[in-house]
Order: sequence, then C-alpha cells, then structure tokens
Amino acid sequence: MGWRQARWREPLVFELSRPGRRGSAPIAVEEDVKRAVGGLRLPEGLARDSLPELPQLSEVEVIRHFTRLSQMAYGVDNGPVPLGSCTMKYNPRAAMRLAFDSRLEALHPLQGDEHVQGVLEALYKVQEWLKHITGMDACSVHPAAGSQGELAGVLVIKRFHELRGEGWRNTIVVPDSAHGTNPASAAMAGFQVLEVPTARDGNVDMDALKAALGRDTAGLMITNPSTLGLFEENILEIARLVHEAGGLLYYDGANLNGIIGRARPGDMGFDIAHVNLHKTFSVPHGGGGPGSGPVCVKSVEVVDGVTLADLLPGPRITYDEETGLYRVQPPGRWSVGRLRAWIANTLAVLWAYVYILALGPQGLRLAGEVSVVNTNYFIKLLEGHWAYDIPYGKGRPRKHEVVVSAKPLKLETGATAEDVAKGLLDAGLYAPTIYFPLIVEEALMIEFTESETKENIEAYADRMKEIAETARKSPEEVKWWPKNTSSRRVDNVRANHPRTVTPTWRVERLRREGKLGPLR
Amino acid sequence: MAHPWIPNSHPSILREMLEAIGVSSVEELYSDVPPQVLMDPREWDSLPIGEGRPLSEVELLRRVEEVLSKNRYYTDPPPFVGGGVWPRHVPPAVKHIISRSEFLTAYTPYQAEISQGLMQALFEYQSLIAELVEMEVVNASHYDWSSAIGEAFLMASRVTRRRRVIIPETANPLHMEVARTYAYGPGISVEEVRVERDTGFIDLDDLEARNLGEAAALYVEYPSTYTGVVDENLEAAGEAIHKHGGLLIVGFEPISMSLLKPPGRLGADIAVGEGQPLGLGLNYGGPYLGIFAVKWSSRLVRQMPGRLIGMTSDAEGERAFAMILQTREQHIRRSKATSNITTNEALMAIAAAVYLSLLGPAGLREVAEASWYMSHYASKKLSNSGIESPLLSGEFIMDFTVRLPRRAREVRESLARQGILAGIPLEGFSFFTDKDLLLTVTEVHTKRHVDLLVDRLAGALGG
Repeated sequence: MGWRQARWREPLVFELSRPGRRGSAPIAVEEDVKRAVGGLRLPEGLARDSLPELPQLSEVEVIRHFTRLSQMAYGVDNGPVPLGSCTMKYNPRAAMRLAFDSRLEALHPLQGDEHVQGVLEALYKVQEWLKHITGMDACSVHPAAGSQGELAGVLVIKRFHELRGEGWRNTIVVPDSAHGTNPASAAMAGFQVLEVPTARDGNVDMDALKAALGRDTAGLMITNPSTLGLFEENILEIARLVHEAGGLLYYDGANLNGIIGRARPGDMGFDIAHVNLHKTFSVPHGGGGPGSGPVCVKSVEVVDGVTLADLLPGPRITYDEETGLYRVQPPGRWSVGRLRAWIANTLAVLWAYVYILALGPQGLRLAGEVSVVNTNYFIKLLEGHWAYDIPYGKGRPRKHEVVVSAKPLKLETGATAEDVAKGLLDAGLYAPTIYFPLIVEEALMIEFTESETKENIEAYADRMKEIAETARKSPEEVKWWPKNTSSRRVDNVRANHPRTVTPTWRVERLRREGKLGPLR
Repeated sequence: MAHPWIPNSHPSILREMLEAIGVSSVEELYSDVPPQVLMDPREWDSLPIGEGRPLSEVELLRRVEEVLSKNRYYTDPPPFVGGGVWPRHVPPAVKHIISRSEFLTAYTPYQAEISQGLMQALFEYQSLIAELVEMEVVNASHYDWSSAIGEAFLMASRVTRRRRVIIPETANPLHMEVARTYAYGPGISVEEVRVERDTGFIDLDDLEARNLGEAAALYVEYPSTYTGVVDENLEAAGEAIHKHGGLLIVGFEPISMSLLKPPGRLGADIAVGEGQPLGLGLNYGGPYLGIFAVKWSSRLVRQMPGRLIGMTSDAEGERAFAMILQTREQHIRRSKATSNITTNEALMAIAAAVYLSLLGPAGLREVAEASWYMSHYASKKLSNSGIESPLLSGEFIMDFTVRLPRRAREVRESLARQGILAGIPLEGFSFFTDKDLLLTVTEVHTKRHVDLLVDRLAGALGG
C-alpha cells in the first residue's frame, strides 16, 4: 500500500507549554486611560485568585502543533469520503472567497439593515432559491443545522395542531429506516414516536403505516430517497393517508442530492421540509460543523388568515419593494420562535449562495444526476460479489446512496462491516457510514456524491473486493487493520469505562493527583 | 459539457458509466419516481435559481465582491455593541488553521483512526474550556450560547424531573426567546426573578419567594450581557437553589473568566457560554460557538447533550482519541437521546482552541483587563460629560448601561449616520427606560475611539 497517514505522536498542547512563552503580542493599555480610571477593581469574593491553567506557547509552536494535528485528519480534499447520508461533496474554493473574507468579522448582527444590504440580499436570495429548489412556498434560513431545522419543523407541526384546537395529536410516525435525528427531534418537541417497518421492496410497509395512523397522528417524518437510497414509490399515497388522518408530512432533506433537479418535496405532498446546506449545497463540514439547516413550508392554512409560513422560525429576511431594501423580520406572533440568538449561520448560507449561483438550475440538476449515476455504477461493480449483498428493492436503481450488507462476508469469514471500514482506511479511502440504517445487518452505507471520479469509485470497489479476499485467506489479519493511519484501532472499552473515561485533560490531571473518583 | 466540480460530467464518461450500468439514459435511473412527481428537465432549468444559468468563475467572483461591497464595515471605530457577541480581535493564525483542508473539509470523526488529529484538536478545545471554567466535562460544541441554554434547561428538567426554570428579569432577551422555544416542546415554564434596581444583582428575597422546591434550575449570566453587571449575589442564589434540589446553571463570557472566579468554584452544575469572543469574529450572526460544561457527576454527564471526545489508547498502547459516551446520542438512542444535535460547530471549537493556545493565561487576562480599563474609561468620560454612567452600581467588565437625557434609539441612529455604532437601546427591556443604552468597549477600542464616541454622543445630545 502506498498510502500512509502522518503519525506524529503529537503531545497535547498542555504538554508543550513552557512558562513565560506567549503566542500573542502584549496589549498595552494607554497610561492616560489607566490614570483616569485608577487600578483594576473586581467585586470582592468574585475575583479569580489564580490564572486558568492554560498552556503557554509561542505563535510558531501553536501553528506547528495544529498543523501537525491537521495532518492527522482526513477530509474531502484528501480523498473520497463516501459517508452515506452525509453528502460529502467538494467544497469549491470560490465560495471560500466570500465566506472567509475577513471584512465580515466586523459585521455585528445588530448593525442596521440598511448598512448590511450585501449580506442580507445574499441571504434573501438563498431563501428564495430554496423555495424553487424544494417546490415549497416559504423558507427560513434561520436554523443552524439539519437537526435544528427538524426541531423547527416538528415545532411547526405542534403549533399547527394547537392552533387548530387539536393539541391531543401527540404522535409522530417515522419509518424504521429514518435518520436517528427524526425520532430525537420529535421527542425533543414533546411527541411520542411510532416507528413503521420497511417492506422488502424498500418502500414503507403500507399496511403498517395505515395501522399506525389515527386520531393521535400529528405528522410523519420521512426522507425521500430513503436512507437505503431508494425513492419512496408510494409517496403520493403516503401523503394522502397522512393528510386524511389529519397529520402533516415532514421532509427530511438530508438526501435531497438524490433527486435535486428531478423531483421536489413540494410536488410530493410535503407540508414542511428542511435542507442541509452543508450537504446538498457544498458548505464544508468543518469536522462536524458549522452547518445550516433552512426549513421551508407550503402555505397551508392553519386557521383563518394564518398559514404555515407564519409559523416558520426566525428572524427571516424580507424585501421591501418600495424602498428597495432587504429587511430582517423578527419572528412574529404565530412563529415557533427563535432557535438561536441571531439570524443565521450567515457564513454557511453565504457559501451556499456562491455554490447555487455558480451552478444555476442546470448545474444543480447535473450534480444530482451524476451523483445517481455514480451510485449505480458502483453497484454494478459490486453486484453479485460473494461477500456483499444489497438488500431491499432488488434491482431497483438507487439514488444518492446505496446500503451494502457485509453479512455474507461475516458469515463466511467472520470479518465485519467495521473490519471492511478499517481495511478501506488502510488504503487511504475514508470508510462508509457503518451499521446504519439499523434495518440492514453489517451495513455499509455509501454515498459518493457527484464529486467522485470514476477511477476512485472503481478503486473503492476493488479495495472492498480485495478486503473480502484477505478476510477469506487470513481472517485474523483484518482484525489488525488499520495499520497505515495515525493510530491503530482505538480502545473503546477504556474510552468509556467509569474509571478511565477521560473527556478532558483536567480529568486526567486530577485523576493522577488522586483528586477524582470514577464517574458513577 | 463537463463541470469542474463534477469530474464524471463529461458526456463520454457518463456514457461509459451508463453503459456499464445497463441503461441507455439517466432518465432510466429515475424510472421509479411517479410520473406526476417527476419534473421535466426543461421546466426545472427555467426556474429562477441563481441567475438561471451556470456562471463562470470570473462572473462568480464579481458577484462575491458585490455582496462584500454593499455593507458598511464599522472598523474605525469598531462597534460599541455587545449583547451576547462582541467586537473582538481575530488573530490571523486562528483563521489560518481553520482554513486547513484536513479540518475544513472533514466530516464528524466517525472513523477514529484516520481522524486522530481532528479529535485531538476537539479534545484540546474541551480541555482548554474545562480549565477556564474549572469544570471537568465539556462537550464538543453547541450551535451558540442561546441554544446551549435551551439544551441546559431540557437537561436540568430531565435530571430533576421538574418543569420550571428561573431566570433573572435582566437575562439576555434573545437568549430567553430561544430558551423558551426549546422549553415549549416538553412544556417547561420559564419564570423571572426580580433584580435589584440599584445594583443589578438578583434580589435574594424575591428568589426565596419563587417556590424553589419546584424549580429544575436557576440560570444566571456571568457577567450579565444586557446590564454588564457581575452579580455578587450569584453564590448565595446558587446556595438557595441547591438547598431546594435544583441545579445552578451559569452562563459565562469566556474572556472575563480570566478575571473572575470560575463557574466551577461558584457551585455551577452546568455552565454554558458563547465562544464567539475566542477569535471567531462577528460575521453578522454566525457561525458562533455554544459552550456546554458540566461538573464531574455521573447524574449530570449521562444526561448531557452533544458529542464528547475522550482520550484513550490504541491497539499498540499509544495515546489515542475516540468519541465517547455515545449512548446519549441520537444515532444510537434515537427518541431516547439526550438531544437531537448532530452537526455542531466543530470548526469553531478548533478556532477557539487555537485562540486560547495563542493567548495563554497571561494574554487572555490582558485582553480582559484592556476591556475593563477601556470600558471604565468610557464610563468615566461619559459621566464627566453629564451622562448618568454607569447606571447600575454593580461592577462590570466591558458592557455597561447609561441613561441619556434623550431617547436612546434616536441618539443611536444619529451616531450610526456618523459611522459610530453606539450600543443597544434598552427601551422596553426589563426595568429600563427609553433613555437607557447598553454600551460595550473591549480591547479593540482605543482611547481615540472612546474619545470620539463620547464627543459625538455629547454632540448629539447637545444638538
């Protein structure tokens, strides 16, 4: 194998500390100022008696330390990151020119609207473009991430029923293939969660769905294409049933890349939808965030004179045709309210602004189409292989992603989905999402997006086959993977044991000094 | 035509791939989409998305410049505005590190062995904050301070099985709007305790009258973001809530923690705060960084929301890092999770880690001291020019309230036209009047800036 990740055995920043070193130039307060106000006064009893135990390093050392740490990380710029449902597409650098511009650092969110028209116009346009992309009637770019968009969405559902005097509707239905955030968001909004199974063809089990819907139904949350990468063929019937039962239909936009340019949630009967700008619209993931999760609705009437659009979280941005000014509109009377203190994860939305502007509708459609071609090409390369199975909806085309089961491999050799993942890492390829969705045993959930080359997709399939052969020949070898990464397989038992769990350096320090007991 | 961001988009490559798949066109791959839903590509292509067509990079960068040029940048002087985020220096080294490909374009570290550097950086963030607040467990970030408060309220309610939280009447109004949104789902009520009109401290008698036996938590800002005051009744208030079995949640501004006794030593069970001052910039609303810390107690840690990185070892016994205590999280526990949070603000947490590593204990204290001196200088100058400043007698670090002889909103507008962003009018907020203004002065303001502010304020008031 030619690939090897840096293994620096880099000490913690605390261990690099040397008293007296500093990484910032001293700030000299002007003498006139000091004279005018006298000495520093702090409230008695609340003054800190010793400085915090922060490390002391020069700027050179700080830069080297974090540069070395970055060399022990892996992103889309390093190679394929085909994590299913994560849509790890390339993050175009043209967008960085806007989102990383240092001038923006000075823009306070309480600056008057008329003095921040450039930014407001861009946010407004994203808000408007998303309406057309999703086929919905109104959007808010306020939520900070997909999960927050979901929370906003289920709160809209809650408010909808309460305003209609049907507050008893306390159940949200989700398919068993749903992202974990769906049931978690529903629970956070105070709902009961009812799961419905997936049929063998990959669609929602319609009999089970009919049985699940009833007087308690507040709504259904579903992603389409599903986490199996399959388009829900009965979506129109599902929408009809949910609406008939008095519920609202919620679209989890995590998988939007699979249909963008070809189908829109708004045309499928969805009432509420969120999208992830850090998935479909190329905002970089940053090792876990920041993201942005705009939420959109159809203008369904709630009660007289109030539609779902009035329930959206905010602030939102409006355009005043008379003055030609973009305005920040605080959440109104019917809104579910604020989910974060300020308008949006502005820089993330600006990134998406550049991305959408660059591609236009044609480019977005092309991105969606090529992501689908990439998925199905990969399936073709792996189809019929003894080690891997693709359960549910046999022979149906997948969209943005595919879920491969390594169950045959496990039965034959004992090697698991996790072992396959580690074998991929060893070849310098990031692993798929593993053990998800829960309905597939030994799941490997793979999403190349439109950013991956044909050659890399082939290399990925080749490597998976090679892993299977190695597992058959020497089953013990695969348990020792990975070898080429910054660390060997990590000890998760030690990581989580009450006596050894170490969430911070402070815990390690106090434990060594005998000042901290086990976490129980 | 091939697109530079879509490597397989060249027709000849696509044809090869479609042939291998065994279909004649892309359309066939959408054959399972009901025809009523399937969109005609021509219809899609004519939608008003972007400018209706792809742009060249030359055109694109021109649009970027247009967005940037249509804003007014208050840099000289910087805004005298806080409110929960502040004008602060952003060291170029911070922005450089978070621009690094391997951090910027990485996903959540689901695969530990190939993400060690990312996890170590996040572990260091957690550890640096832990030292700042002197609490043992810090998660890998929330969206911002306000959503961290919302999550803290939900957590306190789970831990105590109570459904009421108490806040001072002067708590940040935007934060409280958010907290109330989070509290709405599970039906947690948010109740206000009175604040002393002269000092800005919590009124302890009124607190005792709040039926504390039913309260899940008391939330206190430290220092207050809307009065600036460092509440000297905080410890006594904390003792009161603890006596009745509730939790103490302290909301803190991180730079001030180099001057003030940390939440961990004030008896805080949970500490939340805003990481924005730690080198993130203002960026018109975000991304920011919600800090969430709890003390070393299983009862609290097991109910804590959000991702945690822990230190462990690998198969060779070398130090290694892993995501820990994941059974709290949505991807494992689904509807039983402690939160739905997934994507957080990881890159901002790394930025904060770089900032704190650069500043160190002495540098951080200098920033806090400079803010203290400059804000007190401003307050004194205002007072000398006949403006009631500070309005409250409680000590402050960088934010303080003043009373003008005229409506603060009008004065602020007049100064904004002169290139000065002067504070937040407190009209309609808590017990303040329409003449009251919250001003902010930090280390980015010079004496010249403050002199200019005072001069223009006096001018606006005189005219």
